[in-house]
Parts: sequence; structure tokens; C-alpha cells
Amino acid sequence: MLTQQLVNGLTVGGIYALIALGYTMVYGILKIVNFAHGDVFMMGSFLGLFFTEGLGMPLLVAFPLAAAATAFMGIFIERIAYRPIRVADKLAVLISALGVSTFLQNLAMLIWGTGTHAYNSGIPVITYRFDRLVLSNIQIGVIVLCLILMTVLYLVVNKTKIGIAMRATSESLVSAQLMGINTEKVISFTFGIGSALACIAGVLVGTYYDAVYPTVGYSYGLKAFAAAILGGIGSIPGAMLGGFVIGIVETLGAAYLSAGYRDAFAFGILIIVLIFRPSGILGRKTVDKV
Amino acid sequence: MAKLEVKDLQVKYGVIPALKGISFYVDEGEIVALIGANGAGKTTTLHAVSGIVKKAGGSVLFDGTDITEKKAHEIVGAGISQVQEGRGVFSQLTVLENLKIGAYLRKDKAGIEKDLADVYALFPRLQERREQAAGTLSGGEQQMLAIGRALMAKPEMLLLDEPSMGLSPLIVENIFRTIRKLNRERHMTILLVEQNAQMALYAAHRAYVMETGQIVMSGTSKELKSNDEIRKSYLGL
Repeated sequence: MLTQQLVNGLTVGGIYALIALGYTMVYGILKIVNFAHGDVFMMGSFLGLFFTEGLGMPLLVAFPLAAAATAFMGIFIERIAYRPIRVADKLAVLISALGVSTFLQNLAMLIWGTGTHAYNSGIPVITYRFDRLVLSNIQIGVIVLCLILMTVLYLVVNKTKIGIAMRATSESLVSAQLMGINTEKVISFTFGIGSALACIAGVLVGTYYDAVYPTVGYSYGLKAFAAAILGGIGSIPGAMLGGFVIGIVETLGAAYLSAGYRDAFAFGILIIVLIFRPSGILGRKTVDKV
Repeated sequence: MAKLEVKDLQVKYGVIPALKGISFYVDEGEIVALIGANGAGKTTTLHAVSGIVKKAGGSVLFDGTDITEKKAHEIVGAGISQVQEGRGVFSQLTVLENLKIGAYLRKDKAGIEKDLADVYALFPRLQERREQAAGTLSGGEQQMLAIGRALMAKPEMLLLDEPSMGLSPLIVENIFRTIRKLNRERHMTILLVEQNAQMALYAAHRAYVMETGQIVMSGTSKELKSNDEIRKSYLGL
């Protein structure tokens, strides 16, 4: 029973982690919270459904296309909603993000209606039983895919030129520019990667729960944001860890204590950790050295 | 023709003028210093040349080409590298990653390796610490790293902002010896900003004196060192 709940928790946690990466990368570079990210995740989920069920494309074509489309949407959002006001107060960007969030939700309602859609992405659901443990191919796929994507992201950020440029840009925009780095490109790349990961998370959530609706981004976005904070916002391994911790804690809490308090467990652990480690589990302590 | 020619450069922070139209030039192979008190506009001048702050007027010519409207990363590509005030090293990146990112715009692998070896020869300490996070280096070592990193871009001109800041006199002397060496042996053109007028005038061929966003005096280092006003206001003699 415990193993079962742990597997369930890892599945949800992996999804939170994928979304949390988008929050943490954008925060790392621009020091802003992209509150529209949850809705980018929702749009990604709908786009995945559109390319598979809507256009009848095979999975291996549809998912990369949906991820690419969502990446471009993320880049476009940054260009029109954040870049023009970046020099203004951070609060302006926050309001702009909330505006984008409302816009995306209403756009989705306009296109797909306000109801819940079944998610016929064409992935057959197969369940396996090992004694009392029940596993579906979707769960295994989610966990494996999350781990692969995180490994790839880790390698990109640490080993490639654009990755080192991202890390440099997140430390100092000005210093990065003085190295000849086109920081606007780095910022676009960051939004693109974060949005593509959110799209993949959206497709996985849709498939796992067989449902998608225009406001699905709210609760997932908030949980993933909590995961990013819990892990230490700005830290990529932190977002991954935070996602898994929140996923596991809320699943175990719901299973053993009370299902009605699922969200309370998720945010409760956030509060407890922040009391003892205000910068998050893997967050850097910001000490200003002169 | 001057290597760098700045004409009537103006910068405003909001409505407040930071540079009120300054003009100066740096010839090829020259070390030129901008000296002056805090808030005189020295760093703003470097940031305007580098494309970090927006210019409100005037022009910047590099090798006769107008680079006034170019973006910061394009100016690095044109051959001007800046060593920032306070070093600006990437503290989470290793020393080696910092040096490699200095060569971000270059594609010639062999040339980058050669320049890396040159930087290590110039600052052996950096080679010893190449795997260390740059944030763990001492101030002097960070200054060496910042200069080494700028050299990795293979620049034709260096802009140095307060290389003496926060460093002990012994290290300051060391850094300035290196600056002169770069100029002498590699014919590097250097524009130097300093509050430490004594060190600046020791290293530079010529200097401009800035006060509240304007250039109020200029001359060879020798002339300025013997100027009574400079001796009193900036050299404390």
C-alpha cells in the first residue's frame, strides 16, 4: 500500500516538477514570477489534444509539434507582455502576467468551451498488477519521461554553450551582455524550454486523468510554483526535488490522513520548510558581499 | 585616426543628466585614463561606450565605424571588452567556465586554447584554481579572472572600470603592472577609469578629468601630475 502511494506520488510529483522548472528558470534569469505559466501548461495540454484527436496525427509527430507550438507561445508571451515593461517595477510584470493568465483561460474557453474534455490522445492505457501494486503504463511513462527530460535539461544547462550562457545571464544580465551574450535570445530560449516542458506536463496530466479543462492550469500552476519555492526558486535541481516532495507529501497525506486536505498537505509542507529554510531546500542563501 | 572616438556623448538617468556631452579619443596602443570623484560619470561613460546604458545623444566611433546604436553584445563582437567595476565574475561558475564564457563569440577552437594558455601564463594563480567556483576567489584573484576573461574575447581594446577597487596596495600595484604589460607587449589599447588618480596617472599616457558629467581638464599624465589643481584635488599632495 505504501509502495502504491509512493508511486502515485512520484507520478504527480514528476508532473509538478516539469511545470516548476519553467517557473524556476524564468525566475532565475529575470527575477520575475511568470504567473501565466500554469495557463501555458493548460494550453499545452489542449494543443496536445488538438494535434492528436483533432488532427489525427500520430503521437510521435503530435507531441513534438505541440511542445514546439507551446514553446513559441511562451516566447511570444515574453516578447509582448514582459519585455516592454521589464525596466519598470517588478509589480508591473506581475500584473501583466496575471493579465496573460486571464487571457489564455478565456482564449481556451472561446476555442474549446468551458467544459471538461476527455483526453483521447490515442495512448492506450494498460495496467499491470504486481501482487497488490497496480501500475499503469501511463504512470511508468510519466516517471520515466520526467527523469529523462530532467537529465537532458541538466546536461543542457551544465554542458552546452547556451546552458552556460543561461547560468551566466541568471547571475548578471549586464555581465553576460559584456561577454557578448545576446541576453534577449537567452531569455527567449528560457521561456521556450520552460513552456515546452509545461506542454509535455499538460499532455501527461491530460492522459493520466483523461481530462482537460480551461482552468486546469490554476491548481497545477500553484502547486508547481509552491514546488519551485520549496526547492529554492532559481534552482533547477531544487524545482525537481520540490515537485517530487510536494507530489509525495500530498499523496501520502490524502491516502493516510484525509483526502479532503490534499492541498493543505502540499502547502503545509511548504510553510514548514520555509520556516526552517527560508531560501528553500536547495536555494542559495543570498548574502550580499561587498 | 583614433581607435576610439567619442563625440558629444550624453546620457540621462530619467531626467537627470549623467553625461552632459563629453568628447574624447583614445589612439591605438594608448592607455588613457578617466579620473574624477565618485559620481562624476566615469562608469556611465564606459557603460555608454559598451552599449549597456542608452545614449541620449552624441556618437561613438570605433576604428572609424559608428557603433553608437549597436547593442552591448555586438560591441563585444566589434572588439571592445569591458572589465566591470567590482569585477562582475560569475561567482557560481568555475574559473575555467568564466574564462570560456569570455570567448563566447569566438568559433576558433585552437585560438581559444592558445589564449587560455596565455591567460594562465599571465595569471598562473587562475590555472591552479580553474575548477574552483569563481565566488571563492579572493578579490585580487577575481580581478585577475575578470581581466583574463575579457582577454579571452580577443579584444582590440579594453575598458577597465576601477581595477583598484577594494584591493590591497600590493595587489593594486600588481594589477597595474599587468595593465602596462598588456599595453607594452600586446599593444593593447586601454581606456581606464579610476578614482585612484595616482595609479591611473602612473599607468596612463594621457588622462581626462571628469566632474559632474563633464570633462574639465585633459593632458598627458606628466602634465596632469604637475598641475597644481590636480595635485591638490586628486593626488592629495
